[in-house]
Amino acid sequence: MRELSLYVHIPFCVQKCRYCDFLSYQASVQEKEEYVKLLMQEIVLQAPLYRQHQVISVFFGGGTPSVLDGEIIEKILCKLKETFVFESNPEITIEVNPGTITEEKLKIFFAAGVNRLSIGLQSANDEELRCLGRIHDYKTFLETYEWARKAGFQNINIDLMSAIPGQSEQSYRETLMKVLALQPEHISAYSLILEEGTWFYDHQKELVFPTEEEDRAFYELTGQMLSDKGYHRYEISNYAKEGYECLHNKVYWKRGDYLGLGLGAASMVEEVRWNNKRTMEEYKEAVQNNKILQRTDLGENIEYLTQEEQMEEFMFLGLRLTEGVRKSDFKQKFGIPMETVYGEVLEKMQQEGLLVVEESVYLTAYGMDVSNYVMAQFLLN
Amino acid sequence: MAVVDQSKIRNFCIVAHIDHGKSTLADRIIEKTGLLTSREMQAQVLDNMELERERGITIKAQTVRIVYQAKDGQEYIFNLIDTPGHVDFNYEVSRSLAACDGAILVVDAAQGIEAQTLANVYLALDHDLDVFPVINKIDLPSAEPDRVKNQIEDVIGIEAQDAPMISAKNGIGIEEVLEAIVEKIPAPTGNADNPLQALIFDSVYDSYKGVIVFCRIMEGRISKGTSVKMMATGATAEVVEVGYFGAGQFIPCEELSAGMVGYFTASIKNVKDTAVGDTVTDLKNPCAEPLPGYKKVNSMVYCGMYPADGAKYPDLRDALEKLQLNDASLNYEPETSIALGFGFRCGFLGLLHLEIIQERLEREYNLDLVTTAPGVIYRVHKTNGEMIELTNPSNLPDPSEIDYMEEPIVSAEIMVTTEFIGPIMQLCQERRGRYISTEYIEATRALLKYELPLNEIIYDFFDALKSRSRGYASFDYEMKGYEESKLVKLDILINKEEVDALSFIVHADSAYERGRRMCEKLKDEIPRHLFEIPIQAAVGGKVIARETVRAMRKDVLAKCYGGDITRKKKLLEKQKEGKKRMRQVGNVEIPQSAFMSVLKLDEN
Repeated sequence: MRELSLYVHIPFCVQKCRYCDFLSYQASVQEKEEYVKLLMQEIVLQAPLYRQHQVISVFFGGGTPSVLDGEIIEKILCKLKETFVFESNPEITIEVNPGTITEEKLKIFFAAGVNRLSIGLQSANDEELRCLGRIHDYKTFLETYEWARKAGFQNINIDLMSAIPGQSEQSYRETLMKVLALQPEHISAYSLILEEGTWFYDHQKELVFPTEEEDRAFYELTGQMLSDKGYHRYEISNYAKEGYECLHNKVYWKRGDYLGLGLGAASMVEEVRWNNKRTMEEYKEAVQNNKILQRTDLGENIEYLTQEEQMEEFMFLGLRLTEGVRKSDFKQKFGIPMETVYGEVLEKMQQEGLLVVEESVYLTAYGMDVSNYVMAQFLLN
Repeated sequence: MAVVDQSKIRNFCIVAHIDHGKSTLADRIIEKTGLLTSREMQAQVLDNMELERERGITIKAQTVRIVYQAKDGQEYIFNLIDTPGHVDFNYEVSRSLAACDGAILVVDAAQGIEAQTLANVYLALDHDLDVFPVINKIDLPSAEPDRVKNQIEDVIGIEAQDAPMISAKNGIGIEEVLEAIVEKIPAPTGNADNPLQALIFDSVYDSYKGVIVFCRIMEGRISKGTSVKMMATGATAEVVEVGYFGAGQFIPCEELSAGMVGYFTASIKNVKDTAVGDTVTDLKNPCAEPLPGYKKVNSMVYCGMYPADGAKYPDLRDALEKLQLNDASLNYEPETSIALGFGFRCGFLGLLHLEIIQERLEREYNLDLVTTAPGVIYRVHKTNGEMIELTNPSNLPDPSEIDYMEEPIVSAEIMVTTEFIGPIMQLCQERRGRYISTEYIEATRALLKYELPLNEIIYDFFDALKSRSRGYASFDYEMKGYEESKLVKLDILINKEEVDALSFIVHADSAYERGRRMCEKLKDEIPRHLFEIPIQAAVGGKVIARETVRAMRKDVLAKCYGGDITRKKKLLEKQKEGKKRMRQVGNVEIPQSAFMSVLKLDEN
C-alpha cells in the first residue's frame, strides 16, 4: 500500500498576524460551523479514491485550527479514521496558538488521538509579540505549554521567528534560552520574510527591521544554541531531538503523497499537484455539486508533473533536508544517473562550497545559508 | 478635387512651447471645421503615435487639410502642418516651417514666453512667415493675458493686442482663431505653369505604397505619371498617386499644384531617398535651382543597443531596419562588445530621439534591450595627423597615439525667472559652460546664453535644470562646433575585469566625480554574489574610485506552508529568470539596468 499524508486546512484566525500571507481570516461561529460541514462532506467524497493508500500522518494547519472547539476536531478526526485507511500509529499534529486554547480543549485533542502539538510562540518577548500582531503574551504561551504537558502531549513543537522589527540579538537569545529551558521535542525557527499582501509589507517604511548582519547573527545563534542543547537540524528551518523529526513535514520534502483537505489546501498524489479552490464560494460549490470521479475533480491549478519537473522537485525539495538526496534514489526513480542531468550543476555547486557531493548530495552549512541560490540551479530551463 | 483657387489656400503651422496647448488647439481647429465630429475626435488627433500621445509631444510632423466656411461666405482650404515640438527635431521643424506661409504662435496665458517659444518664433520669422499670436488657457485662475500680450510685443516684437484669447481645452475663442487664419495668413504664391519645385517636409513608409512623401508645391504641378527627381539625393521615380491629408488618412486626388500641400507616392523603397528638405522636381522639365535650406541631418548622440537575449540579434536588426524606413535620422551599424555580445551602435538626433527609438523597439517590436551610456561624437586627432570621429569609447586609440581631442559644443539659451538665475548659472558652470550673456526680457525673467559641451547636456541636464528652477527654466540649444578639450576615457572594472560597455568619455576634471558616482550606482545595481565584488573606476589604468558589493551570506526561503510547493517553485523560477536577464562578465552577473546607470547619476 502507498503511504498517504493528510493536511486539513482550518482557515480561521482570531486576527490576522502582521506578517501572515496564508489563507486565513476572522469568521463568525456560523461560518465556522458551515465550513466544518463542508469539510466533512469533502472527506466523505475524497476518501473512496484512496482505498489503496494508508494514512501515516495528519496535520491540522491554518489559520489557527485551535480556534475550533475540541469536539469539532475530534469529530473531524473520527470522520477521517472512519473513511480513510490508517496505519497503526500515525503522527497526528495540530497547530495551536496561545490565546485560543484551554486545558480542557487540549485534553479533548489528546483523547481524540492528536499526538503532536505545534505551538505558535514566535517570540518570548511581549513587545515583539505585539509588534507581530499576535494575540497572546509569553505568559499565555507558558500556560498553554504547561496544560499541553499535563494533558499528556509528549511531542511538542514550538514555532519561533527571528528578524522581527525591533528585535535585538539579546532579546532573541533570551527567547531561545526560555524555550530551551522548556525542552520541547521540536523547534521550528524561521526568519521573518516580508511577503506582499501583509501588513508588514504595506508598512515596511515605518518599521525598523534588523540589518542583514543582525539577521545573520540570529540565524547563527539559532543553530549554535540548539545544537548545544541536543537538537539536530534535519531541515533548513527545523530542529528536533533524536527521534522527533516531524514525519509530516518530511513527506513534503521527500515527495510522498499528500492530500490537502479544506479551503485552498495543496495536494500531491502520484506526481499530480493541485490545490482546492481558494474562495469559500467556489470551494462550497465544488464540494456540494461534485460527484468526485477523479482526485483532482474538486481542485484547480492541476499540474501533471513531467519527468523533468519531478527531477527538479526531487532535487530542490530534497535539499531542504540536511540528509539531502541520494544518487541511488534518483537513479531508481528516474532511470538515469543524477550526473547525467545535473553533472554540471553539481560540480559548480561543489566548487563554490555549497554542496557536498558523495553518494548523498547535501547542502553545506554555507549552502544552507544561501539555499535559494543553490536550489534555483536545479531548475531545468 | 476641383481646381482650387490659390487665394483660398492657407498653409500654416502652430508654434508653441511644449505644454502650451499646440496639439489641443490643432484638435479644436479640426473639430470646428466640421471635418470630424466631436465623437470621432480621439484626444489630440494629430499626435497619432501611441508614444506621442503618452508623452504629450509631437515626434513626427503631422499634417491635415481642412475646409473652412469663413464669415465672408467663402470656402477656404487650410493646410495645418503640425511641427515636432522638441529641440532634437529642430531641422524637421525648420523644414515644416518652410512649407508654410504663416504661423500661429500659441502662448500660455499663465506661463508666458519660454525659451523654446522664442526659438520657434525666431525660426518662423527666419522663414519669413507671418506670425500671429494666440493667448491660450485664459480660463486658468493664474492667467495673466495682458502681461503676456505685453511680453509678446516687448520680447518678440509682434503685434499682440488683438490676439485671440482662447481656451483650446474648453473650445473658447476658436472661431476667432479661424477667422484670423483667413485674414492674417497670406495665401500662397507660385505659378502652376512653372517647372515643378516642391519641398519635402516629411515622409512615412507604407508597406504597400512605399514611401509616402509629404510635400509643399512651391511651383508647377505634380500628378500621377510625373517622373520626379529628388535634387539632393538624385533619386528618381514615377509618381503613382498624389493626394492630400484627411484627418488620419490619405485622400487621393488628380493633381497637386503650386501653393498646395499634399503627398505623393512613387514606389520608393527607402526614406533615405526622400530626405526632408530635399526639392522634388520634374525629371523632364526640371526647375533651375533647388529650394534653399537643405541639409543632411547628422546624428548627435550615439549609444550601443544590444538584445538582452543574444539570440534576438537578428530580430533587433530587422526592427532597426523597419524603424529606419520611417526615420532617416536613425543610424546604426553592427558592433561587438565583450560584455554584451553582438549589437548595434546607433546614432540619434538627441537623447529624446534615443529614448523614443528605445521605447519603440521595446514596445512595438517586443525586444528586451541593453543600452549603453549615450555619448557624442568626439574628434580624435592622432599624432600621425589622422582624425577619427569617435562614437564608441572602446575604440579610443592608445593615449600615446593621441595628439589632442575635440568635443562638440552647443549654444544654449535658457530662459529663467530671475530668482533662479543663481542656481542655473551654477549648474552651467558645473557642466563646463562658458557664459555668454544675460538678457532681461522683463523685470522678472532673463535669457541666459551659454556655450556648453554637448556631452554635458545629454545626460541629465534637462532634469537638473527643472529641479534647480522648480520647473521654471526652459531650454533650447543648437550646435556650434567642435573645440579642443581635455578628455579622458573612464573605465569601469567589475571584479577586476574591465567592462567595455560601461566605459565612457569624460572631461578630465570631472572624471573623479563621475567615477565615484558611477561606482556607487553600480554597487546598488549589481546583486550580491557568493563572493565579494570590487567595482572600480579607472582612468588610463589608474584606479580613481572604488566600491564593494559584499558577498551574499543569506538567501533562504521561509516557511513552505501546507505543502504548497508550486509557490516555492515560482519563487525559484523568478530567481532563475532574473539571472537570465543578466549579463555575465567574468564570473559576475550584471543586470541590464546597470548599463544605463551612468544616465542616472543625477545630483542629490
